[in-house]
Amino acid sequence: MRDLEATAVKTVFIGSGAGFAGDRRDAGIAVVETLQRCDGPRYLIFEVMGERTLAIAQRIRMRNPELGYSPYLEPYLHGVLAACQEHGVRIVANFGNANPLAAAKRVHELAAELGVSGLRIAVVLGDDLLAFIPAEEIAALPAIEGVSIAGKEIVAANAYLGARPVAQALALDVDVVLVGRTTDAALVLGPLIHEFDWGAEDWDCLAAGTLAGHLLECGGQVTGGYFCDPGFKDVPGMDNLGFPIAEIDAGGTTVIGKAHNTGGLVTRATVTEQILYEMHDPGAYLTPDVTLDISGVTLEDAGTDRIRVVGARGKPPPGTLKVSVSADGGWLGEAEMIYAGPNALARARMAADIVRNRCRRNGVTEPLRIEIVGAGAVFDNNISQRQRGINMPMDGEFRLRAAVRTHNKEVAQYVNDEVLSLFCSGPAGGGGYRCSITGQVNTASVVVPRGPVEAQTRVEEVDR
Amino acid sequence: MSETVSVPLHAVAHGRAGDKGNRSNISVIAYVPEAWAYILAQVTGERVLELFRHKGATAVTRYELPNLNACNFVIDDALEGGVNSSLSQDLHGKTLSFLLLGEVTVTVPRDCIPKGSPYL
Repeated sequence: MRDLEATAVKTVFIGSGAGFAGDRRDAGIAVVETLQRCDGPRYLIFEVMGERTLAIAQRIRMRNPELGYSPYLEPYLHGVLAACQEHGVRIVANFGNANPLAAAKRVHELAAELGVSGLRIAVVLGDDLLAFIPAEEIAALPAIEGVSIAGKEIVAANAYLGARPVAQALALDVDVVLVGRTTDAALVLGPLIHEFDWGAEDWDCLAAGTLAGHLLECGGQVTGGYFCDPGFKDVPGMDNLGFPIAEIDAGGTTVIGKAHNTGGLVTRATVTEQILYEMHDPGAYLTPDVTLDISGVTLEDAGTDRIRVVGARGKPPPGTLKVSVSADGGWLGEAEMIYAGPNALARARMAADIVRNRCRRNGVTEPLRIEIVGAGAVFDNNISQRQRGINMPMDGEFRLRAAVRTHNKEVAQYVNDEVLSLFCSGPAGGGGYRCSITGQVNTASVVVPRGPVEAQTRVEEVDR
Repeated sequence: MSETVSVPLHAVAHGRAGDKGNRSNISVIAYVPEAWAYILAQVTGERVLELFRHKGATAVTRYELPNLNACNFVIDDALEGGVNSSLSQDLHGKTLSFLLLGEVTVTVPRDCIPKGSPYL
């Protein structure tokens, strides 16, 4: 009975240490300093996976079975692992990428290097479809978005697992849970299912936990990051942005706050932007755990930098799981040259015409884009070239950019060289040549029946 | 009611763009609750489709969120094929929220512009 009462009043604290691979390395430190003073179960999550990072990691693992986990594992954990272990802040992260087992071994090594002892780590496995479904069967699965993958060599195919396996891993009483491809929200919903024992049909609680995960998964995007618009939407202390900490109770009511002694802010406006981020139908945000309906969500002020989120509703999830499939995407070549001062736009336009004409004349048939940065490049495109630039003053600073997608690396090199040759054969005063040729990954989303994937899903503790 | 002014949507709303495949979603959130009804009446799905047609957009669905004083525009085929095939510098269309906020003009009572705004 006492335990039940404790559950009823218990608050779970979950902070974010990173919202993408490339996020600030030190953001988690202030979050852990705040979490260690919170009275209740505390968790720190890191969300570092994308479809492309997973495909690249899969290729790396094929070359070296000890690799294929996130390269951000070490930079993010280095500053927080000892404090998390000391203060009982459990870590849930998708550092696993294509290789959660290798990630666990690396975290054990890092713990040893940092003098952290007794660390227990579990992994979630089974998202890698290529391990148990033939590639040709995967290629034939129904696509819901992205390019056609028919006939292409599949580099990676990973199902989005839900929060249940994360909760199962936490039940092993480990300090760290490392996953590969799960939904981002599962990093938050998993701990909540573990702490509150939410059932498979507690739809509104699962929806509230999923929304808490959606709000935390992009780190500082809910605390003023990617929000600030100076003079219009001001945010203090952007160079020391505080990452979010959510407080969630057994009924799913969530308060979004942030790390103490940091910059940033939490307001209805910051939370609303993140609620709708990458959301399509607000009545049906699909996850493997629950279909989330945010159409009745309301936000309430709950003190300085604290917003209470209530009203998420849940419905049963789809009968299928989403799978991210990746195939080789050839090469992207990009080259740039800058023109400045009097008549710069006219000189940049002439450079664009030269490169376009020479590429076509010399047989480049691939998708090619020649544009002028500073004259509407990202808002326009090849269909509407120069619309925004048409009435611009000729004087200023304008950057010519050529971009090509090709399966022949030589073509990418040729287009880049056409921009380079503007130095001696183009209009006057070009400078600042930059170029790159980068390998590309194409992705598509397909759906797969839940049964065969869930039969393969498992959790295990990884010893040193 | 205060004097009526014509201003860019940026004066009365903020927003954020996200991508999934070749589909963009852009939220439009009123700074002050009074502005929401004006936004709803004037920033229609048809108007947003016209704004993005030059990028290849084929359809726009507008979802309304009265509790949040917000709309969510889901714009099909707006991203030049998305990250798989776009030749834009901005493969994900992250900048496009400001195309919407900057190029759609709304006519609103001056009270719909938040206090302290440079638009006042």
